[in-house]
Amino acid sequence: MQSTTTLLDPTAELQSAARQLLPRLQSIAGATVGLLDISKPRGKEFLDEVQKHLEEAGAKVKRYSKPTFTRVAPTELTQKISVECDAVIEGLAD
Amino acid sequence: MNQALEALPANYVLVVKKDCPTCTLIEPVIRALAGNTALSLKVYVQDDPSFPANLDGVIDDSSLEYSYQREIEVVPTLIRLTDGNDAQSEESRIYGWDKEQWQSFTRIEGLGAELVNFKPGCGSKTQDPGMSEVLALRFGRQILQARCVELAEAEDIMEACYDRGWSDGLPVVPPTPLRVMRMLNGSARDAAEIVGKAPPDNVPCTIEKIAINAVMAGCKPEYFPVVIASVEAALQDRFCMHGLLCTTYFSSPVMIVNGPIIKQIGMNSGINALGQGNRANATIGRALQLIIRNVGGGVPGGIDRANMGNPGKYTYCFAEDEVDENWQSLAIDRGFERKDSVISLFAGDGLQPILDQQSRTPQSLAKSMAMSLRSVAHTKLFGIADAILVVCPEHRRVFREGGWNKEDLRTALYEELMTPGAEIIRGANDIAEGMPAQLKDKMLNKFRDDGLHIVTTGGTAGMFSAIIGGWVASGERGSQLTSQKI
Repeated sequence: MQSTTTLLDPTAELQSAARQLLPRLQSIAGATVGLLDISKPRGKEFLDEVQKHLEEAGAKVKRYSKPTFTRVAPTELTQKISVECDAVIEGLAD
Repeated sequence: MNQALEALPANYVLVVKKDCPTCTLIEPVIRALAGNTALSLKVYVQDDPSFPANLDGVIDDSSLEYSYQREIEVVPTLIRLTDGNDAQSEESRIYGWDKEQWQSFTRIEGLGAELVNFKPGCGSKTQDPGMSEVLALRFGRQILQARCVELAEAEDIMEACYDRGWSDGLPVVPPTPLRVMRMLNGSARDAAEIVGKAPPDNVPCTIEKIAINAVMAGCKPEYFPVVIASVEAALQDRFCMHGLLCTTYFSSPVMIVNGPIIKQIGMNSGINALGQGNRANATIGRALQLIIRNVGGGVPGGIDRANMGNPGKYTYCFAEDEVDENWQSLAIDRGFERKDSVISLFAGDGLQPILDQQSRTPQSLAKSMAMSLRSVAHTKLFGIADAILVVCPEHRRVFREGGWNKEDLRTALYEELMTPGAEIIRGANDIAEGMPAQLKDKMLNKFRDDGLHIVTTGGTAGMFSAIIGGWVASGERGSQLTSQKI
């Protein structure tokens, strides 16, 4: 039924109707950035390079990997990243 | 001239449904009219276009568009049109079956002679419960102006409301156009009417936006006038909603409802009146909070800077127990009459009990209450925070049996709460907090004039009254109790 997929906006419509992104970091200097390896071949090499650039820009980098690229990250892992990091980059190797 | 007019074929429209014994009764009449070359007849059927059987040209109105546009309330309805060239112009209509009436209306003697003289019709399908809003959405004038948010197919509708930041933390009822239309029908107010500007963003708040948030809060349409009144009260300058939202203090709107509306919409003024479990109490209070959040943009951690807040910021609405006619209600205190339905908003925080199971005289009980009332905000701070004294029915009985009315209680409390400045200035009693030192030689009252309100609610067992402490910016510099007729 149409009415289950159309809702009326309860807000003052000052923002876009699309879901809002979380606030972006103003600067990565001093921020902790997580790099999530999704466990595809060659992902490590790519993320090594990203880490180098981030550290040059003053960020602290933490590395994570999920068990398999075929499934979404386990809840424990996403919670760990959200507690430990200010931002996360998810590495795709294709 | 008259002859010429009569020579013109008369044009009729008939609206029927098969699921109506009167419509099936008059089936021979429909056939007679359809076969009469002196007139033209269009038959619209609401439920089954195969009715009447084997009659050509029957028009399927199962969408009910024609019936809606024609404002059909009863089937059968027979309409005579003024002019065959203008299908929209109606001369007059009859409904149900009344043999003589049908004969004169169609100018056909002997029409339906074999039938009973009279049989009332049935309700049109347009009148089925809940149907009017469905049809208004589909075929009516465009009433809803709010932006439509289309959800992706894979989105869970409840989660979608959370994802967009519309919730206070608890699930909301998804505001579909149909639900909003039904909410709007709870009031005669125009959806586009602007009630005021909602803080903190100071944006125009329309009746429609109030309805959307009332739907999300879980209100029934019959609560809607109360919700509108609560918004009207909140947006009055004297209530100071903007400051109340911004404050680091605990306070938020507390709502008290008086008058006949309490019973009409089934609000709770008895057992657990300030607790959970009553839909009207719960959702009316929540609706205002959602309006401030969603329309006004007042979000905790954003403009809402409360250091702890209080659980009443989800919802804080109750009705007064008005059974004792000799005990003035809050609304009467505020200048309204008993027949008026009124909502009062107070900038308040949590609930502080006053347990007194020993006092059997008004004097003892008033002193007891006064002593507890000193604790509002801080026992050494006077005149900065208003309060509501919530008297339980058993305590009210003690006053009434002792011959006191509400004014007697108010006077006694005022006298009990007069205090020498020296006892409450900063540093007194080895406590740094307190009133400024220059008030040392003054007599001070705990509450400013018009700063202590008294209401009654709760179950009939338990000698437990309560205090709702007010915002520490009470009065003209901040918020004052604001009452609005519903």
